[in-house]
Amino acid sequence: MLADKDRIFTNLYGRDDWRLAGAQRRGDWDGTKELILKGRDWIVEQIKESGLRGRGGAGFPTGLKWSFMPKESDRPTYLCVNADESEPGTCKDRDILRNDPHKLIEGCLLASAGMGVHTCYIYIRGEFYNEAKRLQAAIDESYDAGLIGEDACGSGWDFELYLHRGAGAYICGEETGLLESLEGRKGQPRLKPPFPAQVGLYGCPTTVNNVETIAVVPTILRRGAAWFAAIGRPRNTGTKIYCLSGHVNTPCNVEEAMSISLRELIERHGGGVRGGWDNLLGVIPGGSSVPVIPKSICETVLMDFDSLVAVQSGLGTAAVIVMDKSTDIVKAIARLSKFYKHESCGQCTPCREGAGWVWRVMERMVEGNASVAEIDMLLDVSHEIEGHTICALADGAMWPVQGLIRHFRPEMEKRIAEYRQAAARQRQAA
Amino acid sequence: MPKLTIDGSEVEVPAGYTILQACEHAGIEVAHFCYHERLAIAGNCRMCLVEVEKSPKPIASCAMPATDGMVVLTGSAKAVKARKGVMEFLLINHPLDCPICDQGGECDLQDQAMAYGFDRGRFEENKRAVRDKDFGPLVETHMNRCIHCTRCIRFLTEIAGVQELGATGRGEDMEITTYIERALGSELSANIIDLCPVGALTSKPYAFVARPWELAKTESIDVTDAVGSNIRVDSRGPQVLRVLPRANEAVNEEWISDKTRYAIDGLVRRRLDRPYIGRERKREAEWSEAIELIAERLKRVPGERIAAIAGDLCDAEAMFALKEFFTGLGAASFDCRQDGAKLDPRCRAGYLFGTMIAGIENADACLLIGTNPRWEAPLVNARLRKRYLRGGFRIAAIGPALDLTFQVEMLGNDGNVLNAMTADHRWATVLRKAKNPMIVIGQGALSRADGARVLGTARRIAESCGLIRDDWNGFNILHDAAARVGGLDLSFVPGPRGLDTSGIVAACKSGAIEVLYLLGADEIDTSDLGAAFVIYQGHHGDRGAGRADVILPGAAYTEKDGTYVNTEGRVQMARRAVFPPGEAREDWKIIRALSGASGRPLPFEELRGLRRQMWEKHPILAQADVVTRAAWGPFGEAGPVDAGPFEYPITDFYRTDPISRASPTMARCSELFVNGRQQAPARTGTDG
Repeated sequence: MLADKDRIFTNLYGRDDWRLAGAQRRGDWDGTKELILKGRDWIVEQIKESGLRGRGGAGFPTGLKWSFMPKESDRPTYLCVNADESEPGTCKDRDILRNDPHKLIEGCLLASAGMGVHTCYIYIRGEFYNEAKRLQAAIDESYDAGLIGEDACGSGWDFELYLHRGAGAYICGEETGLLESLEGRKGQPRLKPPFPAQVGLYGCPTTVNNVETIAVVPTILRRGAAWFAAIGRPRNTGTKIYCLSGHVNTPCNVEEAMSISLRELIERHGGGVRGGWDNLLGVIPGGSSVPVIPKSICETVLMDFDSLVAVQSGLGTAAVIVMDKSTDIVKAIARLSKFYKHESCGQCTPCREGAGWVWRVMERMVEGNASVAEIDMLLDVSHEIEGHTICALADGAMWPVQGLIRHFRPEMEKRIAEYRQAAARQRQAA
Repeated sequence: MPKLTIDGSEVEVPAGYTILQACEHAGIEVAHFCYHERLAIAGNCRMCLVEVEKSPKPIASCAMPATDGMVVLTGSAKAVKARKGVMEFLLINHPLDCPICDQGGECDLQDQAMAYGFDRGRFEENKRAVRDKDFGPLVETHMNRCIHCTRCIRFLTEIAGVQELGATGRGEDMEITTYIERALGSELSANIIDLCPVGALTSKPYAFVARPWELAKTESIDVTDAVGSNIRVDSRGPQVLRVLPRANEAVNEEWISDKTRYAIDGLVRRRLDRPYIGRERKREAEWSEAIELIAERLKRVPGERIAAIAGDLCDAEAMFALKEFFTGLGAASFDCRQDGAKLDPRCRAGYLFGTMIAGIENADACLLIGTNPRWEAPLVNARLRKRYLRGGFRIAAIGPALDLTFQVEMLGNDGNVLNAMTADHRWATVLRKAKNPMIVIGQGALSRADGARVLGTARRIAESCGLIRDDWNGFNILHDAAARVGGLDLSFVPGPRGLDTSGIVAACKSGAIEVLYLLGADEIDTSDLGAAFVIYQGHHGDRGAGRADVILPGAAYTEKDGTYVNTEGRVQMARRAVFPPGEAREDWKIIRALSGASGRPLPFEELRGLRRQMWEKHPILAQADVVTRAAWGPFGEAGPVDAGPFEYPITDFYRTDPISRASPTMARCSELFVNGRQQAPARTGTDG
């Protein structure tokens, strides 16, 4: 279990003052100038050594990503912070934005200094209205205090920070969809290559990072990469905010060590599964996009990138959705299919046409109004969609369905059989 | 030059090629829908997925650059499975209405479905229904069929330069639309019909008319402007049913204007299909009677009292025959410049688009003088836009306000601005400093009373600003009539003591000219030709025929083999697609018959013989499809240009010649786009 002294987000629950004074009391903005003055290479090297992996879902090593930014550029370069948190089950960034905004702002400055960037945009989800107001207030405070702006913190580094509100499209959380939206166009992911580090915002080199990734940067730099790397397992280091929701007794956001076991996480912080551990049906461990895992796997699996991939799921955003035995698992997954059908941008054929198809079949599966062969068809169709599109939304749309079929196929078959029996009875009665 | 392996064989391709281009380079076709070589890459149809070694996912070949050492498999099980999947997705919401779809038989989706489609559908849900949109009088929409390739959006945004089409909605609710329902306001809009890989965008005037396999296809040349767009004329029996573009990189790439495409329904309306006699009361006549009447009249009139004016759509052969015939009679009053433009036939370089259309892409500064290329030559305008989008291209214009779909610096609408160009105008400096500067002079500027001085001034600008070099010719005349350059090349201009167009008209009034031969000339003022005996030879009952004493029915451009020279001086051959209607005949034959009846038979019996003589006298016309640079020399008149504004020659893009004036489709376009009946968009509340 993570010791209190190792916590990065000390005001995650908003019990303390979120403003600059409170943040400084908690240690933010302390020695920022000196950190910047240690230089660009030092910052990137520290992040690399810390083993920090992107907290937005894909888990790409952050230091490596930063090192893709050009050393010299005759064009402007940008940092974009992805605060378009829309993954169902996920609410970690929201708490950072409203309760610890200065961690993010300081992180933006340090990350920008590390990449040689002078302009940073925070793209915040449109629905986060109050959060945007609070973040803007924090940004204004920082400007007024000379922490950002020209000669930020007296370090000689010029740094401009802009907050941009989205209009509530899930796809704008995809890094290039975000860039399109930020440029004022329809949020549709771009083709890669070229990657944003070469051609990003307004055609200039750009890095897009998740809120949590950026917000942990100042603490890593202050306390040292070794400290961060010592938490968790190799390749899965540091602390992570987990979002516990669903059928737990105390749903919450909690910062814990990477690689904590799922069971410990649920029992210690979630107050246990409603009705006891044996009442557990399955868990979606990383936000709606990752495949569900059944109780048998939940017993032993660790909450980190590698061990969840090993059980054919993923850490994603670390939003743990717990479902007890009262859950209609087929209906739950069908609801997710509807979400993805609704949020597909419509650009690529497989996702545009396939997401709706899969959802419609899933709706029939909920009733059992289907044939057993259609389960295989569903799986086949999901594989025709997965990996055949520009962005990963289609993958994320299909994994829940694939996870369902992988682990809960008997349940689906049972429903189909029951539906047929009921239909037959009805026919006889008529 | 990256070297990669495609399906086992090694290929070397130019740097910057995508995998798809590399495959085509290697002779391997990769199925695709959204990719189009002239449009930005969208990569959204996912039909071109191929397997690339070391990549876990199949890759969209249209968007991935080919790199050294890449191993590409286009036909692997994984790639084919991926493509079959995409095809299945495209078909699930695509209506099964091929039997009633106009695209049937020339549909990419239909073709690819033969290769990648399943033999049965697995989709048992309801299909999507999408409301059809109203894109105006040319483009019919069947939005249920749309596969969202976005080619139409990209064409209109990038090439036509109008931001009128886009996608609204997300996911399966995405729709291609004009946002607020209104007709597409571009002269190139109908090209999206060709670009649409399915039957979502079809031709409204051609709706349910024919199947592609019923059509005879004739490769020909367009005459609605002086660009000489390469076209394919599709006909069935006696009627031309549609016109499609043919690719010619040097001229029209693969686009044509809406007028080129849709004026053809004018070919069956208001046609002259038999000879007529009589000025006020016209009566139908036999050929022999009409020919006799004219021959009789010509015998009685001395050569200096007869004149001929050639129209805008004439083929070189007819003009040559008429010139030969009338010169034999002693006539000297010829003119092919109906608009009175002071083009100087002495120097060929002085009446050609010297930079050439493709050459625009090498220019870096352009000055437009009294020309609106968007209406006078939409494809020249498209080329200017293409160059503009690449950046580093400054364009300015002297003339009334313009919307060319790109940024143009307006220098004022006054002849004095042009005068200043030969002195210290700041744009003279721009031209001087540019690497490859060009100027374009329109017919509007040349048909002013001081047109000859405009031309002379333009020549001085060209010479003083370094437009004329061994490796660069920046002097351009933009013509708006298909016959004009051909006429000038044939010297269809006043001979010694001959009269030009305005002189002829005045002489008719005064009685100095007794016989006037109008060869398809419809753009001159025929209101007062005095007592002159007017012969009109042409294909439409338009302005010229109204005043005629004798009407001889000729052939339109789709009904004869003819030579046309475009504004660049490019000699191109139009071919006969259908026969002239009724009693109408090919134009050179009419003149040949007339010469025989007049006792001075022209020395050729067939087209080949005519052409041989024409080529002998005007060797430039013998070189089809080549443009040779004309020698620079003196032309125009010295002296400053008068103050006073310029005017553009075309006031209605859709109705510029007898064919388009007879076309109901063009009339609808004119009503909508030119006369401003397109409803202004409703106020949205965000319009300030």
